[in-house]
Amino acid sequence: MNDPLIDISNLSVKYGNISALKKLNFSIDKGDYIGIIGPNGGGKTTLIKSILGLIKPNSGEIKYCGTSLKKSNIKMGYVPQINDINRMFPISVKEVVLSGRLTKQIKPFFRFQDEDELLALDVLKTVGIYELRDRLISELSGGEFQKLLIARALTLDPDILLLDEPTAMIDVMSQRQIFNLIKKLSGKMTIILITHHIQMITKHVKKLIYLDKNILAEGDPNEVYKYAYIRPIHQSISNKYREVRNNV
Amino acid sequence: MFKALFEYQFLQNALFATILASIVGGLVGVIIVEKKLVMMTGGIAHTSYGGVGLGYLVGFEPIFGAFMFSIVAALGIGFIKNKTTGIKDVIIAMFWSLGMALGILFIGLMPGYPPEVTSYLFGNILSVTRFDLILMTILTVLVVSIILIYFQDWKAHLFDQEFTKIMRKNTTLLENTLLVLLALTVVVLIRVVGIILVIALLSIPAAASALLTGKLYLRMIYSILFSFVFIFVGLVVSYYTDFPSGAIIVFTAILLYIVIWILNKKFIKKVPLFSKE
Repeated sequence: MNDPLIDISNLSVKYGNISALKKLNFSIDKGDYIGIIGPNGGGKTTLIKSILGLIKPNSGEIKYCGTSLKKSNIKMGYVPQINDINRMFPISVKEVVLSGRLTKQIKPFFRFQDEDELLALDVLKTVGIYELRDRLISELSGGEFQKLLIARALTLDPDILLLDEPTAMIDVMSQRQIFNLIKKLSGKMTIILITHHIQMITKHVKKLIYLDKNILAEGDPNEVYKYAYIRPIHQSISNKYREVRNNV
Repeated sequence: MFKALFEYQFLQNALFATILASIVGGLVGVIIVEKKLVMMTGGIAHTSYGGVGLGYLVGFEPIFGAFMFSIVAALGIGFIKNKTTGIKDVIIAMFWSLGMALGILFIGLMPGYPPEVTSYLFGNILSVTRFDLILMTILTVLVVSIILIYFQDWKAHLFDQEFTKIMRKNTTLLENTLLVLLALTVVVLIRVVGIILVIALLSIPAAASALLTGKLYLRMIYSILFSFVFIFVGLVVSYYTDFPSGAIIVFTAILLYIVIWILNKKFIKKVPLFSKE
């Protein structure tokens, strides 16, 4: 039997004394399209950044096709939260996408080849912002910028695409376009998507996960959606009950 | 002054220093502004004063002391920043004040009259020596070469460091090299504007160029040109009036920045140079 694309076992991450993830066990198979939902501070971004190797876990391990990140040949594309990027940086749309074609090595006098340019333009067509290729990123709307970040991730030709709230802070029309784009891509690669748009994601993904430091619910999107919808109400009732009991 | 330029060696040195400082300051200044490293550069510059003091106390060339202290400060701030979270400003402040305190202490420990340190603190472009020029030339060539040779990697790294890390580039090497480049730039500029005013020359030309263009390489070119104008005006005014050159350069820079800002706001469509591209 083949190893899962990504296998996470007993993963714990702490920021100082605060736990972001507690002994998480989770695996991702090739072709999966998984949505991750959960409250703020529930460890969603931490999980994605741990998979990407940007955060060193306190304990536990992540295997990529049965081996470590260093030894594996896995290619991962990442679409960060829009707020994490300096949108005033002096760079054009095409330059951002081309940066995904840089080599792993730091090469002197590096020049992009014609094929890099063609691929970059092709990817821009795929995400629907080809006509904006010569614009500066400071001139893009939130939705256009989000599509640009997806385009850059796609130039890496990733085995897995990890997206961190790609529909945050953009209008409903753009949200739909981005969800449809991601759905289209899901036929070609493995996708992990963090979002707070629970209703929208339920219609798209094959599997949904509710993460709050650990996986509290996973599986059929509709079932997890119900759990996510009921849980805050249940918690609120429990808190009220505790308050009343303490006062008595 | 142009006649005097051919006659006096010190004026030729000053002009050559102006060109070198403009190139390195303009280029690195854009990186500093875009990567939001202005305060960190201020910290590195002020820490170098400890090296100047040590040089005077032990008896070696003070600029070499500044060179050593700048590099230690740059790498030290970078290292501690990566190992801790949320206290970057405090670390910079500690290096900043420690460097100044060490400089004062070392100079205080010297027997006899204290040396003349004003040119290191506030700069004096008219007192640049041939030795200073040789050092400035070597450092300028080194800094500019490293930036231009690896330009594409710098651009990607400056825009989004996380992404270059995901591409499995050696981001630690890029980051540490960047910090060393900042330290070397500070050393080049110390003789021109001094430790205290270095951040002005590294931020104002870059900020002025940001008003005019949205392309990184054009910002670098404009920033170099602005740096040259600011320093040259400072040099001329200082030559005729005997005012301190470092202070005049900073006044000129701020004044011209305000002028460019106003022109950019009001006449952006009328003046071709001030078009966005």
